[in-house]
Amino acid sequence: MGGQQRVYRQRIRSTQSLKKIFRAMELIAASRIGKARDRVTAAAPYSRAITRAISAVATHSNVDHPLTTERTDTNRVAVLVITADRGMAGAYSANVLREGERLAERLRGEGKEIVPFAFGRRGVGYFKFRKREARWRVAGRVGLADSRHRPGDRSGAVRRVHGIARGGRRERTSHRLHALLVHGVAGASRHPSAADRAWSRASRSRVRTSSPCTSSSPAPSRCWTRSCRATSSPVSTRACSRAPRPSLANRQRAMHTAVENAEDIIRQYTRLANSARQAEITQEISEIVSGADALAAS
Amino acid sequence: MADALTVDIVAPDHVMWSGTASRVIAPSVEGEIGLLASHEPILSILKAGTIRVTSESENREFAVTGGFVSFDHDTITIVADPVVTDED
Repeated sequence: MGGQQRVYRQRIRSTQSLKKIFRAMELIAASRIGKARDRVTAAAPYSRAITRAISAVATHSNVDHPLTTERTDTNRVAVLVITADRGMAGAYSANVLREGERLAERLRGEGKEIVPFAFGRRGVGYFKFRKREARWRVAGRVGLADSRHRPGDRSGAVRRVHGIARGGRRERTSHRLHALLVHGVAGASRHPSAADRAWSRASRSRVRTSSPCTSSSPAPSRCWTRSCRATSSPVSTRACSRAPRPSLANRQRAMHTAVENAEDIIRQYTRLANSARQAEITQEISEIVSGADALAAS
Repeated sequence: MADALTVDIVAPDHVMWSGTASRVIAPSVEGEIGLLASHEPILSILKAGTIRVTSESENREFAVTGGFVSFDHDTITIVADPVVTDED
């Protein structure tokens, strides 16, 4: 009776308020995408400049520095997986993790030893649930895949990402960063870009003695170390600045779908509520008519 | 003298300046370094100070807190940490 109608109306109301929330999240993500894209564009010259400078030095100098030679005494490869902290971003984190697994599998096939790193709550949860080894489990908000990160940011998580990229003092075990996974479905290319290749070429090339030699001040090796420490590899810089965009794009798409689903549900319930009301009215009329008939017959 | 140097001064999140110049003076950790055309290739660390760019038409100055300068084939790339302002 009236009960059924009330249930439907309640459901419509709650779905409507959910729809409002989804819509708001969609709009927020949409408004942040532009900013994230601008940041990626703005960060590109920086990566390019570093790559160019490093390549020039690696080509001309005769400095035998660990940063310019590939290590042959280790088989370890660091794989860094950057995921979002929050859900509600469609398949973003799932795709990143799946791609990470695929890469790890491929590297294992090549006889490499994987040292996994996870950033972001979703990735950390994934590794923890499967009881896998993952270093630096960052359980808190790291915000790498959210919009708050700015290129050139040297704080917290970002610094640690750069640390991994450099295979710095804190993490002696990882000697080469193989890949940074920040792309969602619509994210950055999964293959290394020209800049990455140039960087790895520069960092791999055996330094040749050639003329003209690059002179440097202060002493060459110190200069090298400091310039590479002071900046970060184009790979990790790009990873950090690119992370937000696919995350936001996925979030926007997921929320858009959620809004559409909510509208569908509301339409269905409205129809059900209307037919319930119609049924009630019909029943009431038939009761009145049959009552009148009964009175007339008596 | 014609502007023979190609100069790129970049910060992590934006290009500070890009263009041609005839002379660039940068504050390296071992003292100021002046770069003219046909200088030998060099990589040098910067300390806090001012980068001075001289071109035919104008002189420009950029305050930096660090970074490095790389010179190769008359192309100067300065990766600079700009002075942080309170805007953000």
